Parts: sequence; C-alpha cells; structure tokens
Amino acid sequence: MSKDIRITKGLDIKLVGEAKKSTTKTSLSSTYAIKPDDFHGITPKLLVKEGAEVKAGQALFYSKSDERILVPSPVSGKVVEIKRGARRKVLAVKIAANAKNEHTDFGVKKPSDMSAQEIKEHLFLSGCWPFIKQRPFDVVANPNQTPKAIFISGYATAPLAADLSYTLNGKELEINTAIEAIAKLTEGKVHLSVGKEEAIFNGIKNVEKHNVSGPHPAGNVSTQIARIDPINKGEVVWIVKPADLVVMGELFLTGRLNLTRTIALTGSQFENPQYVTAISGASIADVVKNNLNNDNTRIISGDVLTGNQVNEDGFLGYYDNQVTAIPEGDDYEFFGWNKPVFDKISPSRALTFSWLNPKKKYDLNTNTNGEHRAFVVTGSYENVFPLDIYPMQLLKAFMYKDLDEMEALGGYEVAPEDFALTEFICVSKQPHQKIIREGLDLMREELG
Amino acid sequence: MGLKQNLHNLKEKYKGTKMAPAFNAIHTFLYLPNEVTHGGTHIKAADDLKRTMNTVIMSLIPVLIFGMFNAGYQHFSAIERAQGITTEFSLFGSFLTWDNLWIGIIKVLPLVVVSYAVGLLVEFIFAVIKGHEVEEGYLVTGMLVPLIVPIDTPLWMLSVAVVFGVVIGKEVFGGTGMNILNPALTIRAFLFFAYPTWMSGDKVWVYDAVERTGTADAISGETILGTYAQNSESIYSTWDKFMGFIPGSIGETSTLLILLGAAFLIFTKIGSWRIIVSTFIGAAAMGLIFNGIVNADIITESSKFYGLMSAPFWEHLIIGGLAFGAVYMATDPVTASQTNKGKWIYGFLIGFISIMIRVFNPAYPEGVFLAILLMNVFAPTIDHYVVQGNVKKRLKRAKVKTA
Repeated sequence: MSKDIRITKGLDIKLVGEAKKSTTKTSLSSTYAIKPDDFHGITPKLLVKEGAEVKAGQALFYSKSDERILVPSPVSGKVVEIKRGARRKVLAVKIAANAKNEHTDFGVKKPSDMSAQEIKEHLFLSGCWPFIKQRPFDVVANPNQTPKAIFISGYATAPLAADLSYTLNGKELEINTAIEAIAKLTEGKVHLSVGKEEAIFNGIKNVEKHNVSGPHPAGNVSTQIARIDPINKGEVVWIVKPADLVVMGELFLTGRLNLTRTIALTGSQFENPQYVTAISGASIADVVKNNLNNDNTRIISGDVLTGNQVNEDGFLGYYDNQVTAIPEGDDYEFFGWNKPVFDKISPSRALTFSWLNPKKKYDLNTNTNGEHRAFVVTGSYENVFPLDIYPMQLLKAFMYKDLDEMEALGGYEVAPEDFALTEFICVSKQPHQKIIREGLDLMREELG
Repeated sequence: MGLKQNLHNLKEKYKGTKMAPAFNAIHTFLYLPNEVTHGGTHIKAADDLKRTMNTVIMSLIPVLIFGMFNAGYQHFSAIERAQGITTEFSLFGSFLTWDNLWIGIIKVLPLVVVSYAVGLLVEFIFAVIKGHEVEEGYLVTGMLVPLIVPIDTPLWMLSVAVVFGVVIGKEVFGGTGMNILNPALTIRAFLFFAYPTWMSGDKVWVYDAVERTGTADAISGETILGTYAQNSESIYSTWDKFMGFIPGSIGETSTLLILLGAAFLIFTKIGSWRIIVSTFIGAAAMGLIFNGIVNADIITESSKFYGLMSAPFWEHLIIGGLAFGAVYMATDPVTASQTNKGKWIYGFLIGFISIMIRVFNPAYPEGVFLAILLMNVFAPTIDHYVVQGNVKKRLKRAKVKTA
C-alpha cells in the first residue's frame, strides 16, 4: 500500500499577507478569556466563581456529560468576570492575569512507564483532554470509546496557514513524548501526514507517516482519513493538532501546562504580517498591538475559511494558532454582477479572470459577492471536494434532517471544515459549514 | 456616490416591507449588494447566480441575432421561391441585410420583450407574495422562450404560455431551484399541446406564411424535419443546415453558432460538457441504429418512417432543435441530473429518445423538447441510483471491516 496521498480536487486560496518568519514576543495581557463555545460539544459546569484566584492549569469548568473532562485556566490570576448570554449560557470566563505566573504542578511523568489508564487520568487532570477531538461529529473526544486510530495532520493547506515547520521548530522532543503517550490510547496506529518538504517531522517516531500533496483541503484531516482508513458506522478516530501535541509533550516533560503558542498574524490588514507568541485566550488587542490597520477590518481568530470573527476587545480562540485580518466588504459595487472581475478569486471563467494567473495573491474582502439563493448550479462542489461523498446530496440531507440519509451518504466522515471550500465557491451563497455543524449535532444527539 | 447613497437609504427605509423584494431585485441589478459574511467562511468567490445566468444569456446573444436575420431571410426567400425566382446566396448580399433585420425587429424582438415582461411580472408577484428575493432563474428562461418558438407565434399565445409555464412549471414547486421540469420547455410544450393546429402546421416557421395561406401569394414554411417526414428530399444543402439558413424555431437553426455558444459555456465552466457531449453521442447512436435498419432493408421506401430514418445520422445532429436542446436546454442544472455520472446517462438518453421520437412521430417530428421533458422527470431517478452506488460502496466497506 502506498503511503503517498495525492489530492487533485481542491483549491488553494492565495491571499495577500503571508506571515514573515520572525517572531515577536507579546507582553502578558491583562485579561484572558476561555470561551466554552470553542470546545464544541462540551456543556460547561463551572468550578470557579467570580473573584476566585486560579493558577495556570487549574480547571475552570468541566463537561456536563463527563466530569473528568476539565478545561484549564491558561494563566494565573483572578477570575474577574463570568460572561453569560441568553438563558444564562456561559459565554466566557475572564481571568485577570497576575505577574506571578504560578503553575499547578502535575508532576514530571514518563509516558513509557505509564499505562493507558494512567495517561488518560493524567490528561484529564491537567486539562489536556480537550486537545483530543474525535470523528465522527468533530467534537471533543468521548473518553469511554477506544479509537481505531489517531490522526495528526502535519500539513497545513488552509489560506495563509501558519507554517508548521517554523512554528514547531525545535519541539521534536515534546511532540515525540506526546505521541508516545497518545499511542497507548488506541489499539490501532497513529497516522501523521506530512507535506513533502516539511523536514520538521523527520525525527518523529512511532507513527505511520504519509506524504500528502495537492491543494487545500489536502491538509484537512478528513481528507487524509478518507484515504488512509475511512470511518465506518460505529467506528471512532481521534485527532490531535501538532501544536497541541507540543503542549501535551511539555506537560509530561515539565509537569506544567504551558499554553504559550506561536501565532501567525496574517492578512492584508496587518502592517507586518508575522509570528508572535501568545498564550491561548489572550486578548486580541494585545496580540495585534501596533500592527493592525483597524479601519473597517474583519479580525478573525483562525483562518478565513473556518475561523471566528472577533473584535479587537475579543480573545484568541483556544485552539487557534492564527489571527487573520482582512478588509470588510460592506460596500456596493456598481454592476458588480456582470462586469469582468480581475481582483477576486473565482472557480469559473464567467468573465472572471483568476484562472489566467493561478499564482497571483488576492486581497479579498468579506463581501458575499451575491445574495443567498436556492441550490441551482450542480457539479461545481465536486471539483473542490476530494472525499468520496456527494457534497450537494449530503448538504441537502443535512438540511432536511433525514437521519438515515445523513448516515448513508457519509455523515460520519465529515467535519464542517471540509465544507469550507464548497461554501467559498457556492454560487448560491449557502452556509454550508453551519448546515453541516447543525446536522452533525443532530446526528450526535440521535445516533451517537 | 449620489445614486449609490440614495438607493441605500431607500433600501433601509423599505426594509421588511412587502415591496422590499421588488425593490431589491432592481437595486441588485444595478449594484452588487453590500452584504458581508456572517459565520462560515469570511470570504466568498466572485461568482453569484446573477453572473452565472448572465453568462448563459451572453452565449445566447449570437443565436438571437442570427435568428433575427434568418427570420427576414426565410421570409423573403420563401416569397422568391413561390415566385419561381432563384437568387445566388451571399452572406452580405442576401442575409445580413437591413430588410432581413427589420423583419427580425418587428417579429422577434416583441417575442423577447413579451417573454421577459410577462415572466418577470409573475416572478415579482410571487416574490412579493411569498416574501423572498426575486431569484434569477427567469433571466435565462425569458431568453430561451423566444428562441424555441416558431416565428409566427401570436404574442397573446406566448403570454398565456409564459404565465402557465412559470406558475405551473416553477412557482408551484417553490420557485427557482425547486422545479422538476425545465420552465422554458414547459412553456413550449404548453404552446404545442394547447394550440396544436397552430403550432404543428407547416406554416408558422416562416413569417407571414400563415397569413398568405390560400392566397395567390402563398409561401411554404416547412422545416426540414417536416419535409423528411413526408419522405421528400430537402432543398437545403448540408452547408445551409449547419450554418442555419433554414426555417425553424427562431434560435435553433444555426448549429455553428450553437456550437460556439456551447464552447463558451464549457470554457466558462457554466455549462456541463458531460451533458452536451453525451446528448450528441446518444443522438448519433440512435441515428446509426436507424441507418442500420434502413441499410438492412427492414424499412423500405414505402414506409412512412423512411424519410427520417434514412437521413444520415450526422444530419440528425444539425437539423431541428437537437443542438439547441443539447446545449441550452438539457444543461439546465436544476432539472438535469445533478451527479456527474448521472449527467452522462441523462444526456445520452435525451439524444437517444429525441431521435426516436423524431422518427416515429411524423405528425410533429420535433422530439427534442419532449425527450428533455421526459428525462427531466427521470433525472432524480438516475441520480438516486448513482447516489445509491456510493451508499452501497460505503456499506460494503463497513461489512468487509466487520467480517
């Protein structure tokens, strides 16, 4: 069996504002926030009250469905606000950081000496469990199941994605340690997909490596799972991101939970697109300080396809290693629907000329370039969708919520991010990722 | 800035009112809306439905212009033939003339205007009643309709047919994107079945032929298919048939321009090349079968099917509405098969059945629109089986795993 995965269907969205390979250290923010919405599938039960003093690594809340799953505080300080929304839903736990930088000590451990159960306990206790996500349903993994395999995507193809060989440089020991630990949690293999030139993963052991090439979504883990070991009904696989492996590895090596990450600041609205180090949950204003042109700007925690919109007074997403800033497109364009278009990306050639120059980098804004319509055009999604699934049929099944069809058409194999490209090119401007997310939640409720 | 700002203020003022969709339809015609993304992807590709539809319309313009000239050309050459005059054909001398264009302007343009006016009115009314935005579906339908009707179709008849086609063919199913039958063909079928004596005669294809019937100035308006169906030889050369200097529905005659339109649609990735190619393949296959039957002497000259059956298979591809149907009608993404595999089957069967109907129905030998309507109905079935193939594969994979 060949270990090379070549994807031909897809689309690389080339944007202006790739991060330069230099890293600035941001100062400690005054406030940090953990947003329960980042942990999809976890209903939070708070463990702290406003005014409580917490250490870095100390749990802030646990999951209602499994009280072993804890979510930790990224820094030491004082809980200043628990922000609630409609029906008292917890939106954010805000922590005012103090300079003491106290860490909860979880003890130095050697994964090789631990049993699977001990590793699990250690990950629960230290708040590292939420780093492990599962398929189907793309939620934080259910610890009561045993995955048939664990997948790590070491190949980032999303628009302007952080260069892993830069951000993970020198973290080989941490990654190896973490892989040693999680490998004990599965009966199957740990699969690591790497891009052809990424030497950073050469020293990683105990994994089955796959060379991936091709346009986005080649780096999406679903694409790789589908080629390596597709998910069938009743099977579960787990997924960990390389940056999260570093945190887990450091936990085993030092006994501390260190959520410091290297964040890529990307997009045309940054004066100097580059890398910074920041702790998860840091305030956006501190991360983008002295760099952002915040005039009619959309700030996104994550990439332009799957990230979340944040304001400058918002906070960095828990899992994100990228902040993107692009211009808002809230302006009318005279005869924008029929005049020739040179400055936007298009998968067609209908008087759109992005096909002339595939290497060109575009400065796209957030305009929808059209209004929401019913599905009309067929056959275009398939060109950017590499899974062996009929994307439009699956979307429609997810819309009318026919559980049998959702299951039969491949609902177990997809995550919202897989439908980001189809959403990008959708002529009818349908919200694909939202449809998939809601459908997956329903499946999880009814079938999971 | 002035117009843009004023329209913006008006839009905000009428937001949420009954008339908002009607206003927005006109507003978005002038300006790409100021909508920004919320949730999901933060950027979107440049294409929207308006651009897609507009591309199809652009590909129809040459055919329309040709049809306008041809309207006049057929009129005058039929008169000359009736008077026994034969003139040498020359492109600029006898085809691209002001006289010919004038006939086109007085006969073809009104059809276009009426088709759009009536159809869009119905769309606007439904959008206002149901409170959704005016969808762009009719932009293409409105252009297709005048191109597939005979030139002497009365305007009132067209209006009735358009209302029927848009309401019954589309709106009752929920509007653009939800319909089962191609609305333009529904309109054509309505004309055909509601006014059969008018529509199926051999007069309506040439301007004025109906009026002159029975008078001393009578002219023929027969199409090639009609001629073949009566087992007579056509007076037109293959070159004429390919270029389109023949009687027929306004837009369907010029195979050359239709193929150019097809090339444009395929190049822009708007039209499905799978459907276009497979329709021609299907038609050629059926034509070859019929040719084989004739060669085997199963059908002889005494048969009433002989004329059309013995026409060489490639000729079937360039006469009648086959090319137009394959390129502009069968490819309608809403009513065609939606899976790539399904598109091959769908197109092939359209071509195949078109020629079959054409040959076996000499009373009205234009089978293309019936074949496409028939396959519109079966397209979901084709898709169902294609998708089931994918489902079965998935189930099989799971079984191998557990076994």
